[in-house]
Order: sequence, then C-alpha cells, then structure tokens
Amino acid sequence: MNPHRRSPFVLVMTVLVFLFLYVPIFVLVLYSFNASRTNVTFEGFITAFGPLKTQGSLVVQSPCGPFHWFCDLTRNQEVMTAARNTLTIAFVSTIVSTIIGTMAAIALQRHDFKIKPFAQLSLYIPIVIPEIVMGIGILTLFSQVFTWVNTTFNLPPDARLTLGMGTVIVSHIAFSVPFVTLVVQARLQGFDKAYEEAAMDLGANELVTFWRVTLPMLLPGVLSGALLAFTLSLDDFVITFFTTGPGSTTLPIYVYGLLRRIITPQVNALSTVWILIVLIAVFVIQRMENRESI
Amino acid sequence: MSEYAVELRNVVKTFVTPEGSTINAVDHVDMQIRHGEFFSMLGSSGCGKTTSLRMIAGFEWPTRGEVFIDGEPQGHRPPFQRKVNTVFQSYALFQHMTVFENVAFGLQMDKVPAEEIKRRVGEALAMVKLTGLEKRYPRQLSGGQQQRVALARALVKRPKVLLLDEPLGALDLKLRKEMQLELKTLQREVGITFVFVTHDQEEALSMSDRIAVMSHGKVMQIGTPVEIYERPRNKFVADFIGETNLLDGTVRAVQDKWLMVFVPALQAEVRALNNGEFRAGQQVSLSIRPEKIRLVEKPSECVNCFPAQVRQVAYIGADTRVIAQVIQSTLRVWEQNMVSTLDPDAYFQQNEQAWAVLPPENLLALPVD
Ligand SMILES: Nc1ncnc2c1ncn2[C@@H]1O[C@H](COP(=O)(O)OP(=O)(O)O)[C@@H](O)[C@H]1O
Ligand SMILES: [Mg+2]
Repeated sequence: MNPHRRSPFVLVMTVLVFLFLYVPIFVLVLYSFNASRTNVTFEGFITAFGPLKTQGSLVVQSPCGPFHWFCDLTRNQEVMTAARNTLTIAFVSTIVSTIIGTMAAIALQRHDFKIKPFAQLSLYIPIVIPEIVMGIGILTLFSQVFTWVNTTFNLPPDARLTLGMGTVIVSHIAFSVPFVTLVVQARLQGFDKAYEEAAMDLGANELVTFWRVTLPMLLPGVLSGALLAFTLSLDDFVITFFTTGPGSTTLPIYVYGLLRRIITPQVNALSTVWILIVLIAVFVIQRMENRESI
Repeated sequence: MSEYAVELRNVVKTFVTPEGSTINAVDHVDMQIRHGEFFSMLGSSGCGKTTSLRMIAGFEWPTRGEVFIDGEPQGHRPPFQRKVNTVFQSYALFQHMTVFENVAFGLQMDKVPAEEIKRRVGEALAMVKLTGLEKRYPRQLSGGQQQRVALARALVKRPKVLLLDEPLGALDLKLRKEMQLELKTLQREVGITFVFVTHDQEEALSMSDRIAVMSHGKVMQIGTPVEIYERPRNKFVADFIGETNLLDGTVRAVQDKWLMVFVPALQAEVRALNNGEFRAGQQVSLSIRPEKIRLVEKPSECVNCFPAQVRQVAYIGADTRVIAQVIQSTLRVWEQNMVSTLDPDAYFQQNEQAWAVLPPENLLALPVD
C-alpha cells in the first residue's frame, strides 16, 4: 500500500476545518453588504447608486451603492475615534514591546545569571494565566498607584492620574513582551556567535556589530514577534476593558457596546475593514520575512 | 618592525567547565611566529589550538601570560583593534549580505572611500578566483566558493597576520588538496604571516614553514616539517607525526656522536644517535621509523642487525608493510617497492626468515618522559 495515498478521512477533515474557519468570516463579510438594516437575514445587495432611499427595513438605494455601510461607517465619529485609538495603541505598544522583547531575548541568550531560570519561566506566566486575571491585576495595580500618587501629591483634578490611553498602552506592552521574546529566542537558537566574532574581527565595534550583523540576521524573528504583538494588541478585549478610560475606547470595546444595543451591518462593515487591515499586515510582513530569511 | 609577527609568552588559558571543574585549555605556551611565515599549530582535537588562535584574535583573553602582535602587548584589546584577521572554520559569512558586501564590510569599518573599496574588493575576489560572483548570496555558493569568500574577506584588509582555524576542514578530500596548494601559493604571493590550525599532519607538513605540535594545551615541539619528522624531541612527537617503532633501553656508554644502548627486548646492545643529552646509566627510548629499517635476506655490513621473522605482510602499492618479530620485539617495517615485477619471490612472504637492519643514524634516542 502506498503510505502517501490520501485517505478520504483526511480529506473530509481538511474540508471541515477550512469550512469551520472560513465560513463565519465569509458570512460576516457578506452581511456587510446586506440591504437589510437589522442584519438578521441576508436580504440581498444594495445595487442602486443615488440618494439614500429606504423601504421599510431595506436600503434600496445609496450614494455608495453596495458599500453603503462602509460609507455610513466613515460618518460615524465614534467609530473613527475608536479606530484611531486602536491603531495608536497597537503601533506604540508593538514598537515598545518589540524593542524590549528583542533585548530580553538577546540578554537571556548571552548572559548567565542566578535568576535566569526564573526569568525564563516568568515569560510563560502572562501567556498561560487567564487574561481576566491579568486584567484585574493590572487594574488593581494602576488604581492603587494612582490613588496613592494623587492623594500624596494632592494633585489638582485636571492633573490627576487616570485610566486612559496611557494605561491601555502600558498593559498591551506588558502582555506582548513575552510573545516577542519567545519568538526572537526561537530565532536565536540557531544563531552562531561566530557571525558576531567575524564582524568584530573585521573591525566593527559592539554597536556596529549589533546593527549591521546581529539585528539583520534576527530580523525575521523580530518581525514575526512584532506582527504577533500588533495583532494581539489590535484585537485585545479583556485587558483593554479593565484598563481603558473615557476617551480611550478601542474598536473591540466599541463593537461590544454596539452589540448590546442594535446590530446593523455597520458592525460587519467595520469587521470587514478590520480583517482587511490585518491581512495586509500579515502579507507585508511575510513578504519582508521571505526577502530577509536565509 | 619587531622581530616577531606574533608572540605568545607563557600563556595560560583556564576555563571553568559546566561541571564546575577547571581546565587549562592552553598551558604555559611560548610561541614565536616570524614575519611572513606559514606557521601551523598541529594537534588532535581538544589540544588547545582554537583557544590559542582565539587569544591572538582577541576573542579570548589569556588567564596568564601575554600575547604580542608585531611586538605590542595586546592585553585586553578587543578584536576590532587588532591587526589580525581570521578565517573561521564555519566561514561565518554574513548571510544577509552579498559576496561583495561581505568582502567590503571590513573596509567600510576602516572608513575606506567607496571608490577604493570597489577596487580592492575586485582585486581580492580576483585573487581567490571569484570574479563575477559579487552579487551572489553566500547560500548560493558551493562550500569551496564560500571558503574563498571567507579568505578574500579577511585578506582584503591586508592584515599583518591571517589566522586560519581548520579552514579546509569542511571540504571534501579532492577540493582540500587543491585548496592546500592554492593557499600556500597565495601566502607566498601576499607575503602575509599565516597562522594555520589543523589536526591533519599531512596538511601541516606539506604547507608549513614551521609547525608547533601541541598536546593537552602544551607545545610539544616547534620546528620545520623536516625537524619535526626527522628529529622529534620526545616520544609524543615521534609517535604523533607519522609512525615509529619505540624500543626502551639503558645507556651503557657514550662515544661522542653515538650511544651504546642495551635493549632488553633485543637482548643486545645497539648503537644509536646521540643528540648530546644523555649520559651512561640513563633510561632512553629509541625511535626508528618503519621506512628506515631495512629487511634483508643476508646482511652485508652488520651494525644493529638481528634475525627476524616475517609475521604479516601488506602490499599497498608504493611499499610493502611488514610486521616482523625481532627477538622479543615486534617492529613495523616498510619496504619500498623499487622494482616493478610480478615475481612473488621479490616480495616478503609470511613466516619467511630474514634479517632486520636498524642503521644507527636512523635510531634516535629520546627521553622516556
Ligand atoms: N568556552 C569554553 N569553556 C570551557 N571549556 C572550553 C571552552 N573552549 C574550549 N574549552 C576546552 O578547552 C580545550 C581546548 O579546546 P580547543 O582550543 O577548542 O581545542 P582544539 O581547537 O585543539 O580542538 C577542550 O578541552 C575544550 O573542551
Ligand atoms: Mg578547534
């Protein structure tokens, strides 16, 4: 018997897994073009362009045609603010956590110190503990520290430390760092120190060696780590929920709020755009990795 | 210009092993490497060759002693401030840079103008016969080509000394032989001092001006290939380089350049070469190379000749290798096949009786350790 013969069981499983993964996404995207305003069933596409016309719960004509809900979205100030917040938080936390995580990975690789096994283990803890526990922990920490600072220094109301963008960013950095470190560590496993020695042998000091040799060779790992951090931040709900404050609502928090009121295809349109952004990010990073990888 | 290109003075390097014990990877080593010399460190794996080389390059610092490059003590100078360059065993080519960028790297570090970099990289690549491959990445090259890039990358800096750690170790036999020749020619052309590490004695003998034979972190002998082979100074070197027969005995008398040594295994007194160190009554080991013993049917002159019985014969083309029982000792004897013939009588046969002649000038007295 040919051991490589494709078993029908494997084929069926593969198809099922793909259906399970992608049908919900397909439906979600489809519904973002829904003519129905309640979004309970798919009532067909909005085909006609022109001034907005409705018939009962159906949109029959829109200036943007099929993209009615996307246009609607851009006019929604709350969505735009939430999107801006989300991207700001994602970019800042990705950059900071990638730098910290990469440095941590290199330090763990290069140096031997007493608490190294503990330091290594501590990387896994934020990954394995329930997010809600971490959220509560971070919230408790912030509120305790803020209360102490605010009362001790008797800060005026407008200078008081409160939850907001800052706290969300810090908490996102906190949960992203271990992921970046672990990904970069994997890349470092096969890294021969002879490359760095060769650079120094040819006249590069430690700093130049890092920039010209070490970092470029680690780049695929660093980029993977950054992509992971970016997507983790982009769709984080639980921890953000605990650390967010007025004016720092992110998209997941906003969507959750919408769902409790009314579901319109706007939510789907928003999700579709979101998926598109993540797909583009993944695509770009993969391209860069392929170019750099050895 | 100082007298030596590189000098190691009483250098010790102690490592702490993962188990917590300490090991002297390099143990009180003295070496003087002259300008323009092809100098090899030869020894089996773990004898401290790489560690010695790394201390010259600046990747390790001596625990004790001092490394001098062109007369200057190096102390704790980092690698990027030393006038030496290294060819790594693994080549360590930068995978994200092209051949051109790899070779140009060292010149960029020296802030050489772009025009000159272009010219010198071109020259270096021509020297190692890689012209035309500038735009390739290391992964697109064969092992031999990568080896040449590593060589060009180090040579383009025109170092005082080039350090090579088993640079040919990863190549297959044929390519290795070719590269040995090329490397030697290259060294003569550029006139740079080469410090070459190898565990392959044939490689060391054929390429080097001088060789340091090392064992367990110590230098056992430094000398030209001929000196190392023909006049080993101790049993280790005699045994490690090529093959030899060792016979223990006691010095009975000293007659200017000769020693009379009683060898119990031969139940006789033999005449051996005195290198001036021995006195009557001392224990010595006598060393004689297999190709320097003669096996004859009837001896003509008879100094140091003994009846022998042929125990094993192996015909290997260039010579016939015989294991002979001589009194109570077993000696390896290689007879060169000087005449082309199919006649079996021309070759020794198993159990044949013969005479072994151990010419006194080929019998070297060595200390017993
Ligand atoms: N960084 C190190 N830590 C501990 N022991 C080492 C280290 N480097 C080398 N050694 C030990 O020193 C000895 C000499 O090693 P090395 O110089 O690499 O030998 P060679 O190059 O002749 O094979 C070996 O026993 C090796 O295990
Ligand atoms: Mg070695």
